[in-house]
Amino acid sequence: MSALLVALLAVPLAGAAGLLAPAFRERGAAVYGVAVSAVVLALAVVVAVAFDHGRPGRMQLQVDRPWIPGLGLRFHLGIDGISLPLVVLTALLTLLCLVHLAGHPPEAGRPRALVFTLLILEVGMIGTFLALDLLLFFVFFEVVLVPMYFVIALWGGGARRAAAVKFILYTLLGSAVLLIGLLVVWTQAGTLDMVGLAARHGQGMTRTAQIAAFLAIGLGLAVKTPMWPLHTWLPDAHTEAPTVGSVLLAGVLLKMGTYGFARIAIPVLPEGAAALAPWLGAFAVAGIVYGSLACLAQRDLKRMIAYSSVGHMGFVLLGLATLTPVGMNAALFGNVAHGLITGLLFFLAGAVKERYGTADMVRMGGGMLRRLPYVGSLLTFACVASLGLPGLAGFWGEMLALLGAFRPAAALSRPLFLVFMAVGGVGTVLTAAYFLVMLSRITHGRPMETVPVGPPLATAEEIRAVLGTGEPVEPVAAGAAVADVEAGPAAGEALWTQHPQHPEDGGDIEAVPGRPVRAARPGLLGEVTGSELVAWVPLVALIVLFGLWPKALLAVTTPAVQAIFGVGAP
Amino acid sequence: MSGGLIQSIDYAALAVPLILAVVAGLVLLLDAFLPDRPGGGRLLGLVTLGGVAASLAVVALQAAGGGERRTFCVPDAPAGPGPQACSYVADRFTLVFAAVVLAAGLVVVLLSMAELADGRIPAGEWYFLLLATLAGATLLPASRDLIMLVVSLELASLPVFALTAMRRYDGRATEAALKLFLVSVVSTAVMLFGVSLLYGVTGSVHLDRVAGALASASAGSGAAAPELATSGVVPVAVVLVLAGFAFKVAAVPFHSWAGDVYQGAPIPVAALLSVVSKAAGFAGLILILTSALPGQAGVWAPVVAVIAALTMTAGNVLALRQRDAVRLLAWSSVAQSGYVLAPLAAFAGVRHRAPADVAGVARASIAYLVFYAAMNLVAFCVVMLVSRRRERNEMDDYRGLALRSPAAGLALAFSLVCLAGLPPGLAGLFAKVVVFREVIQGGLGWLAVVMAVNTVIGLYYYIAWTARLFTPEPAGGGLPRPAPAAVPVVVAVAFAVVVTVAFSVAPQLVLSAAG
Repeated sequence: MSALLVALLAVPLAGAAGLLAPAFRERGAAVYGVAVSAVVLALAVVVAVAFDHGRPGRMQLQVDRPWIPGLGLRFHLGIDGISLPLVVLTALLTLLCLVHLAGHPPEAGRPRALVFTLLILEVGMIGTFLALDLLLFFVFFEVVLVPMYFVIALWGGGARRAAAVKFILYTLLGSAVLLIGLLVVWTQAGTLDMVGLAARHGQGMTRTAQIAAFLAIGLGLAVKTPMWPLHTWLPDAHTEAPTVGSVLLAGVLLKMGTYGFARIAIPVLPEGAAALAPWLGAFAVAGIVYGSLACLAQRDLKRMIAYSSVGHMGFVLLGLATLTPVGMNAALFGNVAHGLITGLLFFLAGAVKERYGTADMVRMGGGMLRRLPYVGSLLTFACVASLGLPGLAGFWGEMLALLGAFRPAAALSRPLFLVFMAVGGVGTVLTAAYFLVMLSRITHGRPMETVPVGPPLATAEEIRAVLGTGEPVEPVAAGAAVADVEAGPAAGEALWTQHPQHPEDGGDIEAVPGRPVRAARPGLLGEVTGSELVAWVPLVALIVLFGLWPKALLAVTTPAVQAIFGVGAP
Repeated sequence: MSGGLIQSIDYAALAVPLILAVVAGLVLLLDAFLPDRPGGGRLLGLVTLGGVAASLAVVALQAAGGGERRTFCVPDAPAGPGPQACSYVADRFTLVFAAVVLAAGLVVVLLSMAELADGRIPAGEWYFLLLATLAGATLLPASRDLIMLVVSLELASLPVFALTAMRRYDGRATEAALKLFLVSVVSTAVMLFGVSLLYGVTGSVHLDRVAGALASASAGSGAAAPELATSGVVPVAVVLVLAGFAFKVAAVPFHSWAGDVYQGAPIPVAALLSVVSKAAGFAGLILILTSALPGQAGVWAPVVAVIAALTMTAGNVLALRQRDAVRLLAWSSVAQSGYVLAPLAAFAGVRHRAPADVAGVARASIAYLVFYAAMNLVAFCVVMLVSRRRERNEMDDYRGLALRSPAAGLALAFSLVCLAGLPPGLAGLFAKVVVFREVIQGGLGWLAVVMAVNTVIGLYYYIAWTARLFTPEPAGGGLPRPAPAAVPVVVAVAFAVVVTVAFSVAPQLVLSAAG
């Protein structure tokens, strides 16, 4: 059974290696990627089934082999109630991204390289959630950096180069500080074993060392999370990344930061956590309010969703800062819910951007519900879920976090956390405000034809290529994806060679002239394609499921959380 | 062995430098007597390659045999009975450095075969000088007395000036050679002064006896104890020796020669400087600091810490704005020297702990150096490959390399990511982890933070170069000139990549060898 976890890492890695075979064709890459990641998801589901749900507080399916004795590094994997939901979430989102990719070949070309990068990313993400050795955790934590850099730098929007560099420099600085913290733990405690360290509850480490280590580890993780004011890399990276990059960045990569808090920083360094939790809480609520206010000021849809992540991760951090089982549960629930909801939001934002040719909300004008009824309604659904409507997944994470702040751990100052709770409550109102403002701006109202309708189509062939050959020409089918299918590769190229490469450096996305806009006709702008539907529906279903039946998730996390704080039966 | 004036010499222990020296002589003879026809240089190259490979095999045999071999021993201490002091010791430390130097030597010889293919550089002299350098660099880590250290260091350094100047038709090469010569001579003079002071106060040249004399002096039992303990001679000697080696490894503030010399020298010589000469310099530095001056760690460790911090920062900052590939690698190798120095700075902090901790300090430096050698050589090999097509060898010539020739592009990308210390370049990552651990264990938190910031600065230029490899070339970018056959370079790239990948998957190979 223990080979299952190794397989979770080996399958995507082998899949990526398979792509290197010179005989591999570019066109089949996405389908191949879907197959590989479907196997990974199947494995993750098998793990979830094989998981002993009677004892989710224990590490299960462990693999423990020495790897580098000289560093005391062991290849130690395991899964418990904290990591299981995240592993499944990662496998699911990766699959959905690849499905999306299969229907939407990247504009910058080279789908094979993009699939390769995504599979390597998956190895890093799943490995981070499975690792039980501090250094192994760090290695996997770092594995994601280079692939994500390339996803942004090669397949991103207009200002992608700067955004990618900012992303990797910022997060590497975080990682380096994290490494220092982990090594402080190692030199103090003499072991890298996360299970053993967590079981000790900080024994054997002086209070000063714990505070220093928590500070370093916390800073490192806070960059990744991101915690205000270390978030500044995030809006650029999200805005410039291609859709699949944004989805994985928001859906999984940010969770690696908060998971690190729940897995390492708080269990291993309880005294350090108790000393610094008020600061963590303060920065968290600052992030909630700041993120919401920043969202109100955004014109770019993707940028707005990126800032909303800052706010939502603020709630997750607030939950962690309470140092209570309730708060920790809130954080873990919030993690998964945010992964699902923001993943969906970025998919939708990508779809909107593709159809309108811009993500600028002012230029889009209103009336999306009339022009794109399906996309418009799904966007409404995702926004409502994100603002925390009861009955949808976003609600529980925020509610439980505020509840946790109402009764923080005994070592913490209750009045302070009551203030945090109140500020967080204001944050939920602001969150509702910016999402509703956004919806009223773009989904409601009358459609205004403010969006350029794409390049002039010179020849009859080009018009046919865009509109497809089917008769009568149904605007729904006017998407370029359909044209690709029906008119073959030549027509697809004719469409894309309008603008084969991005300008070298800088440049505004909207300012790119001649960017092909899917569906050149005003009115109803191309509707949902099959691959989009396949990518979105599972997310919608899970958002509803966890909203109506939060126990599905909490039953898995609660015992594991209680084990961390040493309460309840392990 | 004891007694008598006639020393018995253990030639088996000396086999490695001996083979290199003999082959060097052979190359000169062959060059003189072989008919002068095209392709003759190739034969000399192959002979050199064989010699280096043979010495590498001897190193492997000696390592497999275990134990340590000593020779050139002095039976008794002059000032009374004592343990034997030997000038030449082939122990694990020696063998690790010899292996690094010789493996790097193989790559340099392969690169040289491509460099010399056009026949404008005299092959006989080139290979003779190269072998002489390698002999010096393998002799140095085995040297356990001050005189032998200085002699072998000079044997390793002097031929490099000539090698740098070999491209007589190139003004920049001559300038580079002169710069290197002046810097090196000054550093030798400074170091000799320090060494003579050490000899003067301790009355011994053997490293362990120097350490013993200094220890008994500070304990107040030696012959010249009172004066020695209070006089400032020892710290001055320590600092002078340190400064001499700092020149050799291009540490701040003696780093400014690196950029011009690397850029002006032929690429194989730049690779030689950045790996072989650097390894020799560090071997000597580690030997003197940890074997002869462990008691003086209170003096030199803080100095080393500051030098390490300045070196990595200066190297990285200077590398940021470089457009020439070799020049960038020059500054990056200065920065990497800083990381090698950093664990040594932790020596004072762990000195009073268990012997394993003390050994860990040198082990971390050596491990970092070995990892660095492997990854840096990959970079130099690919740069050599590209320079054959694009004379300018600037950053823009690397645009789209991964698309034009995927193997070379991926190899360079891998080595750059390794140098930056990120996965999938696990070799670089683990190298950094080892160094970070020693620094934190030594209680040098500030140095760890400086290192953390520096990894980020370093990443900026490594990743910018890597990204270039994958960016499509602009249409109409200068026509590449037709490339002559470069089989040796391809072999060199393959060899270096295989070693680096092996180090990435199983860093244990290095970590256990270094300890």
